[in-house]
Amino acid sequence: MSQKKLAIIATKGTLDWAYPPFILASTAAALGYETQIFFTFYGLQLLRKKLDLQVTSLGNPAMPMPMPVPVLMQALPGMQSFMTMMMKNKMKQKGVASLEELRDLCIEAEVKFIACQMTVDLFDFSHSDFIDGLEFGGAATFFEFAGESDICLYI
Amino acid sequence: MANFDTELDATGLNCPLPILRAKKTLGTMTSGQVLHIIATDPGSVKDFDSFAKQTGNTLLESGEEGGKFSFLIKKA
Repeated sequence: MSQKKLAIIATKGTLDWAYPPFILASTAAALGYETQIFFTFYGLQLLRKKLDLQVTSLGNPAMPMPMPVPVLMQALPGMQSFMTMMMKNKMKQKGVASLEELRDLCIEAEVKFIACQMTVDLFDFSHSDFIDGLEFGGAATFFEFAGESDICLYI
Repeated sequence: MANFDTELDATGLNCPLPILRAKKTLGTMTSGQVLHIIATDPGSVKDFDSFAKQTGNTLLESGEEGGKFSFLIKKA
């Protein structure tokens, strides 16, 4: 049985969107898949040395809230930080791994991270903002792997 | 519970940690050895079943013990 391949394209950079790529990648790696994640656009936020990801219910009507909050209130100063803190506390309380831990597990499991060079140029990021061990490349670089993958996910 | 060589306490950990820790621990064991895992995540029951199927390790036993879930996996 040849090794299966999983390719993930991670385009989002908020706390809630950060979990799926790392959980899927680490689990696939645990199951023996060769896995690569291509981080582009806001997905690059997941590769920062110091993660400071936020989440908000604003524009996210699907987010479960302990009590309904009118949209105008969700936009008040401080609300985003508050909601991010609540989400992080909930995750800790329920025993969900932190993003840093999941990211480290992926690296340990030899999941390859590719960062989109175009996005780095676009937003004037510098390589030193990001964790070590990254490959910087473009879509064509990623297609080398993605084209052969059994599963390719766009997150 | 039958004999085992190593025990992994995954209580309080949620998906995907039980599987990831199990994989790591199995990596340190030799073929034929048995790993005993204790978990509280209800999702881990199905996860370990799938894990065994997909990695070729054998799930010898899967059960509930004192409110926690218990698994015996033999390394391929």
